[in-house]
Amino acid sequence: MTEQYDAIVIGAGHNGLVCAALLGKAGRKVLVLEANEQVGGAAVTRRFADDYSVPACAHLLYQLQPQVKKDLGLNIALASDDMETVALSTDGQHVRYSGDRVQGVSDADAASYREFHRRMGRFANLLQTYLNKPPPRLGTKDRKDLVTLARLGLDLRMLGRKEMREFLRLIGMNIHDEVTERFESKLLKGALSLDAVVGTHLGPRSPNTIMTYLYRLAGNAGRLAAPAGGMGAVSEALAQAARSHGVTIRTGMPVQRVIVDNGRVTGVETQNGENFASFTVISNADPKTTILNLVGARHVETGFARRISNIRMQGNAAKLHLALDGLPVVQGLEKKDFGARLLIAPDEHYVERAFNPAKYGETSPEPVLEISIPSFRDSTLAPTGKHVLSAIVQYAPYRLKKGWDKAAREAFKETTLRKITEFMPDIDGRITAVELLTPVDIEQEFHMGGGHWHHGEFTLDQFMFVRPVSGAAQYAMPLDGLFLCGAGTHPGGGVSGAAGRNAARAILGREKSA
Amino acid sequence: MNVIEVHQGRLESPFYPRLKALDRLDSWHTWKGYTTPDALFDAELEYFAIRNSTGVFDLTPMTKYRITGKDSLAYVDRLVTRDMQKVTAGRVAYAVWCNDQGQVIDDGTIFHLREGEYRLCSQERHLPWLMAAAIGFDVTIREETADIAALAVQGPTSFSIMKNLGLHGIENLKPFGLMHFDFQGTELMVSRTGFTGDLGYELWLSPGKALALWDALFEAGRHYDIRAMGTHALEQARIEAGYLAAYQEFLPADETVRTGRSRSPFELGLDWLVDFRKPNFNGRRALAAEKLSGSKWRLVKLDIEGNKPAHHSYIYAKPRKNKKEIGFITSASWSPVCKQNIAIGSVRMPHGATGETVWVEVYYQREMHWSRVMAKATVVDKAFWFPARRSATPPAPY
Repeated sequence: MTEQYDAIVIGAGHNGLVCAALLGKAGRKVLVLEANEQVGGAAVTRRFADDYSVPACAHLLYQLQPQVKKDLGLNIALASDDMETVALSTDGQHVRYSGDRVQGVSDADAASYREFHRRMGRFANLLQTYLNKPPPRLGTKDRKDLVTLARLGLDLRMLGRKEMREFLRLIGMNIHDEVTERFESKLLKGALSLDAVVGTHLGPRSPNTIMTYLYRLAGNAGRLAAPAGGMGAVSEALAQAARSHGVTIRTGMPVQRVIVDNGRVTGVETQNGENFASFTVISNADPKTTILNLVGARHVETGFARRISNIRMQGNAAKLHLALDGLPVVQGLEKKDFGARLLIAPDEHYVERAFNPAKYGETSPEPVLEISIPSFRDSTLAPTGKHVLSAIVQYAPYRLKKGWDKAAREAFKETTLRKITEFMPDIDGRITAVELLTPVDIEQEFHMGGGHWHHGEFTLDQFMFVRPVSGAAQYAMPLDGLFLCGAGTHPGGGVSGAAGRNAARAILGREKSA
Repeated sequence: MNVIEVHQGRLESPFYPRLKALDRLDSWHTWKGYTTPDALFDAELEYFAIRNSTGVFDLTPMTKYRITGKDSLAYVDRLVTRDMQKVTAGRVAYAVWCNDQGQVIDDGTIFHLREGEYRLCSQERHLPWLMAAAIGFDVTIREETADIAALAVQGPTSFSIMKNLGLHGIENLKPFGLMHFDFQGTELMVSRTGFTGDLGYELWLSPGKALALWDALFEAGRHYDIRAMGTHALEQARIEAGYLAAYQEFLPADETVRTGRSRSPFELGLDWLVDFRKPNFNGRRALAAEKLSGSKWRLVKLDIEGNKPAHHSYIYAKPRKNKKEIGFITSASWSPVCKQNIAIGSVRMPHGATGETVWVEVYYQREMHWSRVMAKATVVDKAFWFPARRSATPPAPY
């Protein structure tokens, strides 16, 4: 007989683990099935060359929600909190920023940045409140939804007339207009432009890139952190919390399909043919994969299937890993500076130009990069004296016109290394191993459709009330017993745990009201 | 340079030359892009042909889709509200399909031509919806409106005409059944279906043989008073049969802008078409909820006092004092065959139960001046016209 669980979570990504842990904490008998051998989904640390390990996808921690940490009693050791950002310049005249301080710019820019940071921080705080709640349904009579909506309206109003107007003006706007109005430093403008578009299929002139910027700030008050032991340590801590609440986690168990019987979910079947029974199945996979592949469109209604199949989720960011036999030389940087986040985005137009070819299915000839050297803070990642470099490289569209064949990968690797060499002239001689993950590789390795780490483009038409699609924003799908808890749901991607926590609360809330 | 000429203006059906030759009124309109006669010589006489002999109507412009593929049954079953498992090959099903909110997109007929091969016939075009409904199914949807010429042959003598046409075995064809015949080397599909509520058939074949079929049909019907007809006669017969028409009894849900302007199957009296034993179909969740909470509207058939057709009238619960408007008429006509003033309407629940009396405000014009009567009306549940010959198998040879 197949074993009956109160809930089965498909995928041990960080959201799946948060959701499972919270359900376990509430006394539910929970099983988590993970396709990979390692828990954590895209928040993992793994080896990519002999003795060299990297955070294989997500490499910085900036959004892990305090509510998640509190609910699960997480105590994650940080190798670095409040990491500095250095916007690199080939002449060594870098711009550095952290918190509301920025160096290497004019006094006017520094003052303007302080003001910008204050305002963005305030808006991000407002946003953060709502990241940690299921978005209210519109046009409903449900009291809880109406209260949340009223609170949202009130919170907006409480910003004050001027700030509320400013919020409403900015939220749909692009980051380019805002930074060009505000700052004169090209490096600063470029860096902030990059901050707004990391991990998206958006350029700084695309609409709502201020919202994506705010989203990054909404968590740790904009402070960037790196956990000791890499991102995998966060996932391990979450898995530990889940296990301590009685959750069973089984790795190497890819789910073949969600079993639907007589119009409701009754369990899952794994690829090796094992069946697990539960009337509650929660998918940490992206909405498209869940509905179209695991469940099957025929088990839902046409309008819903159409909306799900129309979700835009094609990744545009590649991941580059380098094994180095020593730290590279960067003009104007001291050794301590290698603990910072290094950006290659020399000006605001550069970032937009990098995006241009991506619209037409081509890679950027002059890519933008967000670089981190995790081994600098964490000696377990590389042998003594040696280092690993982890970089997000944009833009590398999922659907490359010519296809991601070997030649295309080599060419983009070449392009990226050439760009890095402009800033780190001796890097070539220091590289002992290279790994490039294109969105296609990210899709395969982390099972996220389109290789998009938000599980769905982060735009206003796929945000909050309409994430993943309208009518299904409260984690319960229109199929009895099926829930989503991943980045494809509100609020979105990044290692935040908010989606997993919201989903768990929604599921427990439904049980209570049923 | 390659110049492709695109047809502009009205399309002509393959039967157009014959219709044109019979046309005495020159009164045509556009029906889904095709030019279609309102009437050819006299709408009344054409109508009486349906009821007393046989009327022939060109239904080529009806929207037609062919649905094939491994999953075709599962596909149509999920598409419409009724159970399609029961509709075996050789049968035709009247069906409605809904959006996710349980609101009717359209009604139509689904012909199960051969095992796993279906033709969906409807008033409106639905390709985008049908394609969306195909996500996750191994099916092919092909629009075949122009690839199939079709005639409705309706009336008491139609059976004799079919026999005369040499369709052996037609006597065994039951209502909502279909059979394939050979017609001059081309496949002719005949279904015992129609939009008139009378004994009748619909003939379907490839356009190349359309005129030959027309000629053979009229030759076979020479002594059975066969007549071509236009849409006016059909509309008259349709109301008597109590059938629904899109844009009259309901608006296709994907065309409405305001909330509350579309209708669910329950609100159109189509409860019998909704089968909740099916675990999933489009609109199921919303319809199950509606079943619990109650519908807002009810479709009513009305037998109205007097002889003035109640076109576009309001319906009231009481005639004078505290008169409360409860709905409106969607189709109305004086029925010559029933000798009744009949109408179909939409009223708010809980009004309109069978046998209930309601009041219809009828406006009529006499020599420019408008007059008004409050006519008493009774809600009836049966079709106004339902002759025994419609369902008799074999039908009697009139």
